[in-house]
This record gives sequence, C-alpha cells and structure tokens, in this order.
Amino acid sequence: MNDSNRSLASFASTWSTARSMLGKDLLIERRGRVLTNQVLPFALIVMVMFAFALDSDAVLERVAPGLVWLATLFSTLFIIARSFAVETADGALDQLRTTGAPPAGIFLGKALALMIQLLALVVVLIVAAVVLYRADLSWEGGVLLVTTALAATSGLAAVGTLYGGLSAGAKGRETLLPLLVLPVVAPVLIGATRATESAFGTNGIAVGEGWPWLGLLAVFAVMFSVTGAIAFGSLLDD
Amino acid sequence: MAHDLPVELNDAVAVLGSFPVLAGATLTVERGEIVLLRGPNGAGKTTLLRLCAGLLELQRGTGHVLGIDLARDRWAVRQRVGLLGHANGLYPDLTVTENVRFWGRTVGASPSEIAAALSRMGLDGRLADVPVARLSAGQRRRTALASLVARRAELWLLDEPHAGLDAVGRDELDDVLRSAARAGATIMVASHELDRAGHLATRQVEVVAGQVRELGGGS
Repeated sequence: MNDSNRSLASFASTWSTARSMLGKDLLIERRGRVLTNQVLPFALIVMVMFAFALDSDAVLERVAPGLVWLATLFSTLFIIARSFAVETADGALDQLRTTGAPPAGIFLGKALALMIQLLALVVVLIVAAVVLYRADLSWEGGVLLVTTALAATSGLAAVGTLYGGLSAGAKGRETLLPLLVLPVVAPVLIGATRATESAFGTNGIAVGEGWPWLGLLAVFAVMFSVTGAIAFGSLLDD
Repeated sequence: MAHDLPVELNDAVAVLGSFPVLAGATLTVERGEIVLLRGPNGAGKTTLLRLCAGLLELQRGTGHVLGIDLARDRWAVRQRVGLLGHANGLYPDLTVTENVRFWGRTVGASPSEIAAALSRMGLDGRLADVPVARLSAGQRRRTALASLVARRAELWLLDEPHAGLDAVGRDELDDVLRSAARAGATIMVASHELDRAGHLATRQVEVVAGQVRELGGGS
C-alpha cells in the first residue's frame, strides 16, 4: 500500500469511528433525554434567575448576550460530564482503548455530538433572551448570531471533549472538570459575548463590529479540534 | 523466527508506576486453548492480561501476541484481542443489538457479522431489542462476549468473568466460552473461582510475584 492509499484508509477509518461515536452518543441522548429534561430546564432557570436578580429592563438588555453565554458555559459542564459518564459507567472507555479504533475518530465523534447538543441549547437560550430580556435581532444580526453559535459551540465541544477525556478516570472528576474547562474557555465567553452584542445591537454596537470576534472563535475552535484529535490517544491511554 | 502462536512471552517485565508487577513472565498459549491464570490478589494476573491486550508497555524481555511484536505495535494487537474486565463495557441505555452493532462497527464489521455474533450468543431472539439496563448479570456478560465476537477478537482475555453471576449465568458463560474455543478463539481467564474455571480450562498456570508457573491441564 503506498503512502496516499494508507492516508486515505486512515482517514476513512477515523471518519467511520467518528460517525459511529456520533450516532451512539446522540442515540443515548435520545433515550436518556438528559439535555431536554435536565440541562435545558437548568439553563432556562439560570436565565430567569438572572432576570430576577438584575430586575431592570435596561440592565438586562445590556447584559443579555453575556448571560446567554454564561448559561451556556454552565450547562456545557453538565453535558460534558454526562458524555463521559456514559463511557465510564460500565467500563466502555476501557473497551474503547482496547478496540484499537483511531483516537482521533473517537474524539471527533464525541465532539460533534457535544456540539449538536450545545447548538440546540444555544438556540433555545437565544430565543429566551429575546423574550425575557427583550433583545433585538435584525436579519444581518441573525446571520452573525448563527455563525457565532456554530463557531463558539465547536470550540466549547472541542475543549469539553479534550478535558472530559482527561478527567474521565480521575478522582473528584465532578469538581476537576469545571476547574480545567472554565479558565480555558474564557476566550469563547468573551468572543461569543462581543459577537452576540453586535448581533443584538446592544449599546448601539454595529453588526460589522462582531465579525472580528468571530475570527477569534474560529481560531480557538480549530486550535482545540486539532490538538484534541492529536492528543486524545495519549489521554485515553493515561 | 516466526511467531504465530496467540501468546508468546519470554522474560516479560511490565511496570505499574515504578512497581514491576510482572517480573520476568514466560508463557506460551496455543490456538484454541482455554488457559486459567491462578494466583493470589496482586500477583500480576490482571497486569498479564493487560500486557497481552496491548494496553501496557513491555519494559524488558520479548512478547508477541497473535504474531505481533508488543514492543513495536501495541495498537495492532488491540485491534485483534478482546479484554473483558470486571465491567462489561456496555451502554445501559442502548439495546443488546445496538451495543453489539456499535462495538462491531469499531472494526468495520458488516451487518451479517453482527447478526452472526448475536445469534452465536443466543441474543437474536426476544433479548435483541431489550435495553441492556434491563438485562440480568448473565445476559449482560453474554452481550459483552457477543461484542467481542462482533469485533472479531481472536484472543479473549477475561478477568474474573464469573464474578457476579448466579449458577445459571455461570453455566451459560462456560458453555459460551467452550463453544468459542471450539470455533477457534483462544481464551485466557484470570479467576479465583478455581473449581469452576478449572473445569473450563484446558490448561492452568499460576501467577506468583509477577512470574508464571506451569500447572498442567485443567481439573
């Protein structure tokens, strides 16, 4: 087999593993309904609690973008924990190690499943922000918001899968995971909040001002996706 | 020199942290054998299984599993062996078929191979669509073994496979393992249940202080 055929076979095997993992994780979510029955209500309660605490339309309108992404970040921790709890509950993570399946495929499959769940969550939270905090959204702002949601959830999913894998076998993983993830995703919180402010036109910020922040989110997502795909094998082995 | 036996270890040393759990283990296993690993807790039985599964690095000595050099390509070893520890490696929310299909797909098994694996373990009937969470301990073990079949594992490494099973489940498991060995699988079983596993084994070895001592045929 020459080099190009070997690379093609390796890519096919990675993609096949990723599809299997993605399908399996989404099927488990469909059966367990943890996202819809637990995480989503939690995120909505956080949004409502913010509304009670701040209790001022003017303030809420100003901080709505940050609240959306803060609620997303907190909820992300639950989704990551759940994603790896299903792997450790009956030793499936150990089995994944022994299959010899490409670790990059395992990483990509789990990250894609996380991203899809996070996207669903963000859509609901943005609608909640528009309703609860009376945020405005133009057509142009909507395009920026959709792109921001895609880039930010990709980055969160990549970081979440990487650190979820790292903490999966560790003692005290429930407390370790937020400690590892939250500082790392600070750029996502900042970038997604600024881009969402532009999309909502908060404080008169123009939609055009949001696009550079989207660049930051895209770089972050690519960087952690590549790092995760390369490093996940070592994480699984350790 | 050709290494075509399922397991060939010569003076193998493996460490956990800095502690040498296997300290010069020598063992050969023939195709179709069911080898019982006996020995006290901490003697190195599980480490021996994990070394053969390609999960641990060979620090010293030589080791070949299914003809593959453990020092060179542990990843290739993993694709051809199946290790079943105390847990079953199953997803409780998924059905028996969905679990076996998932594990089969990790090695590119076809739908007919997956169906054959289910049928071989007697899981193609009413149990096929039952979520694993609702199965008995014995049925879960059978599902886990069906996953090994679907993964085309040639060498089965089983750590305390009878643990947690009632008498019926143990009998079922023994039947499954004998039938797998007849079909060509090689099986290594680490167990404290010497009566039960001794009857099942075609050969017994004792692991003591990280070394392997031959005991002869099964009881």
